[in-house]
Amino acid sequence: MSELLKVPTMAEFMAAGKQPEVLFWVGCAGSFDDRAKKITKAFVKLLNKANVEFAVLGTEESCTGDPAKRSGNEFLFQMQAVTNIEVMNAYEIKKIVTACPHCFNTIKNEYPGLGGNYEVMHHTQFLKSLLSEGRLTIEGGQYKGKRITFHDPCYLGRANEVYEAPRDLIRKLDAELVEMKSCKSRGLCCGAGGAQMFKEPEPGNKDINIKRTEQALETKPQIIAAGCPFCNTMMTDGVKNKEKEDQVEVMDIAELIANAQDL
Amino acid sequence: MGILPQILFAIALFIGIGYFANNVRKLARNIKLGQDVDTSDDKPQRWKNMARIAFGQSKMVKRPIAGFLHIIVYVGFVIINIEVLEIIIDGLTGKHRIFSGAGQLYDILIGSFELLAFAVLVSVIIFWIRRNIIKLKRFMSSEMKGWPKSDGNIILYFEVVLMCLFLTMNGADLQLQLNGAAGYHTAGSFPISQWLLPIFDGLSNATLIIIERTAWWLHIIGILAFLNYLYFSKHLHILLAFPNTFYGRLKPKGQFENLDAVTTEVMMMMDPNADPFAAAPEGAEDEVPAKFGASDVQDLTWVNLLNAYTCTECGRCTSECPANKTGKKLSPRKIMMDTRDRLVEVGQNIDANKGEFVDDGKQLLGDYITKEELWACTSCNACVEACPVSIDPLHIIMQMRQYLVMEQSAAPMELNNMMTNIENNGAPWPYNQMDRLNWKDE
Repeated sequence: MSELLKVPTMAEFMAAGKQPEVLFWVGCAGSFDDRAKKITKAFVKLLNKANVEFAVLGTEESCTGDPAKRSGNEFLFQMQAVTNIEVMNAYEIKKIVTACPHCFNTIKNEYPGLGGNYEVMHHTQFLKSLLSEGRLTIEGGQYKGKRITFHDPCYLGRANEVYEAPRDLIRKLDAELVEMKSCKSRGLCCGAGGAQMFKEPEPGNKDINIKRTEQALETKPQIIAAGCPFCNTMMTDGVKNKEKEDQVEVMDIAELIANAQDL
Repeated sequence: MGILPQILFAIALFIGIGYFANNVRKLARNIKLGQDVDTSDDKPQRWKNMARIAFGQSKMVKRPIAGFLHIIVYVGFVIINIEVLEIIIDGLTGKHRIFSGAGQLYDILIGSFELLAFAVLVSVIIFWIRRNIIKLKRFMSSEMKGWPKSDGNIILYFEVVLMCLFLTMNGADLQLQLNGAAGYHTAGSFPISQWLLPIFDGLSNATLIIIERTAWWLHIIGILAFLNYLYFSKHLHILLAFPNTFYGRLKPKGQFENLDAVTTEVMMMMDPNADPFAAAPEGAEDEVPAKFGASDVQDLTWVNLLNAYTCTECGRCTSECPANKTGKKLSPRKIMMDTRDRLVEVGQNIDANKGEFVDDGKQLLGDYITKEELWACTSCNACVEACPVSIDPLHIIMQMRQYLVMEQSAAPMELNNMMTNIENNGAPWPYNQMDRLNWKDE
């Protein structure tokens, strides 16, 4: 399968004297986390299928600095941001798509103040635009009629008020979209944000991801759809904790669309 | 009687408003202890937010029951104040029901005040039941013990007493009108207080006048007392909700500000032409080095401090907080209450020391808000979204994290590991940056 993936880098585009349509910002999770790498590949398959001329920074990409900033290390954040901006401005990047809402939020909202001005899209927004331009078709395939609930990532939903793009894509799968009792602007966090992903939680009576998984399972879903690699990890762990992994899958929206077309 | 009641009234009004104005000055001074922040952007949007969120109560109704009851009390408060205006003019001029010249319009006004007063009474009683009998979870948190609980109830008692006095005053007035008592001309309609007539029936005019006057005086003195109670109470939100929604954040909730002081240093480090051994520019020795983040109220922005005074401790933030929902110590409401408590303490310190703050060995961080609370935050913005008056507890949490990390290097060990990884490998995990594209061939 993997030899079919076309993943050109910005350096290659530059060498060929060309400019890609969009930069795919893979992010740290998408690059290194085994689960998230599958999401990255699914998204690349869709980009290839739609003949999108995209590029990645590859080894020139570095952490956006989001977890450092949310931890309070503004210094490290700005070092990361300024370095990344230097690289991207040198390549004259105009448009960026990413499958990570944390990268999305940081580059979109916090990079402009440091000299990085780009049009930034979450991959669900980008896929939706491909769909409306007729460059991509979505079929229900194996997901037709399945019960799917969508977990809003905080940094996509409340932070940037993107609620509909992911839901529109799920509806296009002819799936039955069911909402959790806390959704959209009142969506409950998975527990990973604000750098919590990288530390043990403070003492309490429950882990946040378990609480959120319980809300998801109340909707009796066959699939919990996510739009963030960190939410994906948290919800996957939650489903395992509830010993429901045989009945409920946690999938990124890009994976759902790619799988539906047997890509 | 002569002019004495008018003089007494003027004195009461002067003391009531004067004392309040003095406290408002202190309030403004305390808020200005915060760091300056530019709020001059997009004024039209700010006015719109104030109109929609504070005036229009748009966020209150996200919770329909509390929202509906609150709108009744809010509308009642605003509209019944027209009656207070009449009372003040009557009090100062010695006239009785001076607006009654408006004829039928006056009847409609008084009639609707009465209906509203009754609706307020019912709503306030339901509010009391929610706090004291149903014991709604968000009113029972640990930060709501003691004064905050009493404060909530005192406000409700105040409102019950004021509404009862208002209706008693009207009922007695109506009976006097029916009796044709001198000075009590027929004016107003009394859809609620007419039900009190059986109580007043058979009382002498002299007794009725005593009842009417007593209720009238207690009502206006009660209002002045309530006005002055605000400064010491969470109930300040009835005034501060308006400026607070005006100065609330306009940017996307996910956008955290970039610290300028840090940008200056980072740009210098990244500038290949910068001379690391260059002498400091003229006058730089005298500059106080910038403090990163916040450890006390003076380090926060004045908008944060306005937020703290505006908070009415409804607890919607805390009830939506994922950390709080799962039993962690963090409560965004407590962050706001602690900030106000500390600010009041600092203000009293300044009052006691002739206008200068004298170090009291205390600060917001540690003495009020613990690290454990700060590190439990997922920065999910649920608290910010939930607040009906645009308070941003997350901004305070983040500034205090900045202080912990940049001034004290006091991040939890795992976060230090994560940050070291970012510094060394450009990723929060210990993977080599050169392996970033390996996924393509796996």
